[in-house]
Amino acid sequence: MDIFLQQLINGLTLGSIYALVALGYTMVYGILGLINFAHGEVVMIGALSSLTIIRPLADSGLPGPVVVLIGLFFAVLVCMALGFTVERVAYRPLRNAPRLAPLITAIGVSIVLQQLAMLIWGRSYHSVPALLPSGTHEVLGATFTEVQVIIVVVAAVTMMGLVLLVNRTRLGRAMRATAENPAIAGLMGVDANRIISLTFVIGSALAALAGVLVSANYGIAHYNMGFILGLKAFTAAVLGGIGNLAGAMVGGVLLGVIEALGAGYIGDLTGGVLGSHYQDVFAFFVLIGVLIFRPSGLMGEKVSERA
Amino acid sequence: MTVLLEARSISKYFGGVQALKDVSLTINEGEIYGLIGPNGAGKTTFFNVLTGLYQRDGGDIAFADKPLRLSSPHEVANVGIARTFQNIRLFANMTARENVMVGRHLRTRAGVFGAVFRDRRTRAEEAALRRRADELLHYVGIEHRADDIARHLSYGDQRRLEIARALATDPKLLALDEPAAGMNATETEALKTLIEGLRADGLTVLLIEHDVRLVMGLCDRVAVLDYGEKIAEDVPAHVQSNPKVIEAYLGGTA
Repeated sequence: MDIFLQQLINGLTLGSIYALVALGYTMVYGILGLINFAHGEVVMIGALSSLTIIRPLADSGLPGPVVVLIGLFFAVLVCMALGFTVERVAYRPLRNAPRLAPLITAIGVSIVLQQLAMLIWGRSYHSVPALLPSGTHEVLGATFTEVQVIIVVVAAVTMMGLVLLVNRTRLGRAMRATAENPAIAGLMGVDANRIISLTFVIGSALAALAGVLVSANYGIAHYNMGFILGLKAFTAAVLGGIGNLAGAMVGGVLLGVIEALGAGYIGDLTGGVLGSHYQDVFAFFVLIGVLIFRPSGLMGEKVSERA
Repeated sequence: MTVLLEARSISKYFGGVQALKDVSLTINEGEIYGLIGPNGAGKTTFFNVLTGLYQRDGGDIAFADKPLRLSSPHEVANVGIARTFQNIRLFANMTARENVMVGRHLRTRAGVFGAVFRDRRTRAEEAALRRRADELLHYVGIEHRADDIARHLSYGDQRRLEIARALATDPKLLALDEPAAGMNATETEALKTLIEGLRADGLTVLLIEHDVRLVMGLCDRVAVLDYGEKIAEDVPAHVQSNPKVIEAYLGGTA
């Protein structure tokens, strides 16, 4: 029982980070029908660029959380600029090209960003100073850290903000209208290019936040960290129904929990043959399962209409 | 009378097919102007060129004495041309009110800053926007469906909603592409009343329509397109007796 609860807590933490990243995939897909495979790298650049600020400030005597906030602010700015630039340079010229072209371009952008990060920050693993409150608490035999609580709360609040933005504001309405039909939204005076830029900028800001949170959670950052994380978040978006905001959030949390529980029990179930380092396998089992049995995801539009 | 829209020698090609051949027409302010013609005559193509969905291959358009550039749809909306579609194109998953509020996008200002911080000006603008949207829904007679998802509305109500959404952009010229298509006699009559009301409120209307009775009863002037060419432009009574028009509609006189 205690292992179940423990893994549930770990899964929830991981899942809220997946959810933040999955939102970036799903927003871009909803508006452009493009899977931005470079999104995971934006998370990585968020983590590393925040570290660039946090490291020198860590011993400055400022309170830890303030240092992290400054680092986060810097990372958000860097990633917003990055998202804006990537859309402009790599995707906009291909707006009317066959769908395969932007998809391959996205993979190319991902490689370029990874190599760029390697040149800037080097190949080594960077340790992230523990600046957030790190106390641990116990509930029913399971322990959780204060960092985990911060991650879940910050992610939840951010996602609530995004939902309000999309559903309640002029900007959100314009985004939904552009997602449904860019040409008609244009006739109503919505500048589709601006909305698409903003979608990338907002998605990248969420990615920066996710990058800072994930590096705070594991205490480590690396130029290669965005790849698997991006794939998992993409899986989460597909699980929830890509293009659907609520789906990305539910899919993210669900995937985190499935992974954590899977990692927790796989050793017992296989008599110790497979260990918890097989954790990553579960995400992709989920992806294959969804693609076979429910290709439009848990909250996907098409299935619910047919049903 | 003041000229609102002047189109000179508009041409449009689709590959080797010339869909519009040197079409020129002028629409006066406060007029209900009909554009008719057999299927495939180029009526909708003309609409699409006018509203910036298609790029024209030749000719100029002047609107309110200013040249209309080869421009994107949101710039066309900005100068004051709004349209509806033959095959209804609402934002199907948004509510009726939200559809109209999107139509108002151009005339509102709140940006990212306002969206995030919800300052007083943004909230006031949002409230005014809702009121205006409800007024427009009331104007076209579907205020009771404001909170319903657009695709759940009846066909006639969807057409009305499209008109309300177009009106939300504060147009000078409202272009209606076959608004009576698929409507029964009662609905068509109500539509006629609505269009007359629009004109009475100072709007200029460009109407594409198949329902000849509606066009003849409603329009001040009518232009007839056939195979991409304008073959007549006159008051309805003269157009009806024009031999070229009769030939276009009934086939060759062989």
